[in-house]
Amino acid sequence: MSERFIASVDQGTASSRCLIFDQRARVVSVSQVEHQHIFPRPGWVEHDPEEIWRNVQHVVADALATAQLTVADVVALGITNQRETTVVWDRTTGEPVQNAINWQDMRTDHLVRELGGEHGGDRFRERCGLPLATYFSGPKIRWLLDHVGGLRPRAEVGEVLFGTMDSWLIWKLCGRHVTDVTNAGRTMLMNLETLDWDDELLDGMGVPRAMLPEIRPSMEVYGEAGGALAGLPVAAALGDQHAALFGQTCFAPGDAKCTYGTGSFLLMNTGQQPVRSANGLLTTVGYKIGDEPATYALEGSIAVTGALVQWFRDKIGLIGSASEIETLARSVDNNGGCYFVPAFSGLFAPHWRSDARGVIAGLTGYIDKGHLARAVLEATAWQTREVVEAMNSDAGVELTSLKVDGGMTANHLLMQSLADVLDVPVVRPIVAETPSLGAAYAAGLAVGFWHDVEELRAQWHKAAEWLPAMEPVVREKGYRKWRKAVARTVDWVDDDDE
Amino acid sequence: MSGPIQSIERAAAILRLLSGRNRRLGVAQLAGELGLPKGTVHGILRTLAMVGFVEQDEETGKYQLGAALLHMGSSYLDGNELRTRALNWSDSLAARSGESVRIGTLHDGKVLVVHHVFRPDDSRQALEVGALVPAHATAMGKVLLAANRYAAAELTAAGLPRFTPGTITAPGELAAELDGVLARGWAADAEELVVGEVSVAAPIDDRRGITVGAIAISGPVERLMANGSARSDLVSFVREAARAVSRDLGAIPW
Repeated sequence: MSERFIASVDQGTASSRCLIFDQRARVVSVSQVEHQHIFPRPGWVEHDPEEIWRNVQHVVADALATAQLTVADVVALGITNQRETTVVWDRTTGEPVQNAINWQDMRTDHLVRELGGEHGGDRFRERCGLPLATYFSGPKIRWLLDHVGGLRPRAEVGEVLFGTMDSWLIWKLCGRHVTDVTNAGRTMLMNLETLDWDDELLDGMGVPRAMLPEIRPSMEVYGEAGGALAGLPVAAALGDQHAALFGQTCFAPGDAKCTYGTGSFLLMNTGQQPVRSANGLLTTVGYKIGDEPATYALEGSIAVTGALVQWFRDKIGLIGSASEIETLARSVDNNGGCYFVPAFSGLFAPHWRSDARGVIAGLTGYIDKGHLARAVLEATAWQTREVVEAMNSDAGVELTSLKVDGGMTANHLLMQSLADVLDVPVVRPIVAETPSLGAAYAAGLAVGFWHDVEELRAQWHKAAEWLPAMEPVVREKGYRKWRKAVARTVDWVDDDDE
Repeated sequence: MSGPIQSIERAAAILRLLSGRNRRLGVAQLAGELGLPKGTVHGILRTLAMVGFVEQDEETGKYQLGAALLHMGSSYLDGNELRTRALNWSDSLAARSGESVRIGTLHDGKVLVVHHVFRPDDSRQALEVGALVPAHATAMGKVLLAANRYAAAELTAAGLPRFTPGTITAPGELAAELDGVLARGWAADAEELVVGEVSVAAPIDDRRGITVGAIAISGPVERLMANGSARSDLVSFVREAARAVSRDLGAIPW
């Protein structure tokens, strides 16, 4: 029998990509196309769902052509996607009622405060694991129902359908209206225990059940594609961070990965029970394999990590490219006592202080640009430590190593700082595209291309590893200083600001 | 319009000669390389120095590229930048070849390891980023020296230490080896640094066609060599990875 392959589509915030993997989970080809960001008003961010669908078809065809393969050589397609981005389309014509509302879009800012009312932001947290926030799909659906003329009555009879990008693509590919548990879990409408739409949440959010997709496991054959991909089983769907968790083979409780980009996302497998956070972390479904029980995760996001390096490049201008920060930081041996807390729009997990603003603490005449560059990089490491401590305390398991991916893993000084301040090994896998790999793994498991998670674990290889090399007394002093710097950020915003 | 302006062509030729990282050249050397009178070259250098494109070392009197030019185009690529740009391709080279991957740049006559991907077998390995390895006894070094004959000449003048029976220590032999490397576009080190260890490297070029680094795989002789030479499938993996990184840096316009 000739060699067979798995195709993986990563429908991301900036672009759509297709990667083809062989049986040893090695990348055979890649194709990528960026799509437009539409900004109708300040704070609003939209995509054209039809453009994204065209791009996805193009990248799959292109990735196959590059590898000189046909659809017949591919055993299954897996999908991973930007989370929470919301599309509503007409069931009959398949046409979107308007552009997709991107997860970053802030138009529901007022609405989420209204929805919280006297209960506050945690009104739905017990049931769905999430605080009220503009990111999640539920408020975006509600906004559309309130603002697009005639939409609500049509939604109530199921003439229009809601979906996140996974649903939209599966609908276009297979003509079926489904979503997976990880994407459904980001709507604020799914009950974390039953893994089904929750009447109380639907009521509270004002969203009719008739427009919602059926919630399915993250990996099973949802259907076969038509058109140019006719006969190709679509066999997995996972939100991007969940796919990265799966691609990093975080299959055991306590396994954790962090994706370092503009912002960073740390997810820890907590096993088969949802863990409620006492520290403001999100409770989310990690993945669900077929009929097996779901695996849950805690999620901590760090708003400003790579964004601080970009700020240092674009607004301060001491470096010409993001990579140069490492060169500049290595011009000195340590941070010179300088700490940079990038609370640009407040402090997030685990502090949750919207009245905080950024500080550079410990400035003396001795500090030069090299020390500042160090402080910029260490900010990412210390923020990770805060989230890891919150997770350890919520989950009752100690992190033993951190698997990392994302663009910032090219920065070795940062990776070493992480190992030093977390006091655990930091490991980078050989396939950097962990969301794509996770979706490929999931689709491959669903169709029996790979047999079990142990086989996947055996295929996962280290590309690099950084071991802790900091004296405990230095680490604890550094963390003490970091916390003192954090304490200096709060209570900055006054009523008459803005 | 008239044809090319001769003095600008000559200035460009001088800058090109000075654009290797370790290149510091005297007026006589430049004049010799270009086949021009020393007075002509000196005049051009004085003008280039005035606009900050070259600088003269006070002690040796030799010329090197000036800070103004470095800011404009960065004559050598920052090692951290090179690692960032090469991350995906070096991972995929390690996965395809099953061997460890290193990327190096020339640094004071040695090869500075700026990137290292572990051999994908989960054995215990330590990152070697920041290590300096001898240039004449490694495949990466040969690729970099072949593209920078001035550095090769400096190195040869300082003496070529022996590490194994296979190490090239005769200046003439090294020159011939580098000619061969330049002609075929890749280099091998057949147990020349460590007995039993072999490496294969190819050049990474930037958008001006200047070699800014080398990418290599290394491993045991039993796996990397067949019938006395480097395995051709591995050589093509290395060359493809080098071309892919070069393409990302803008070296190959397709």
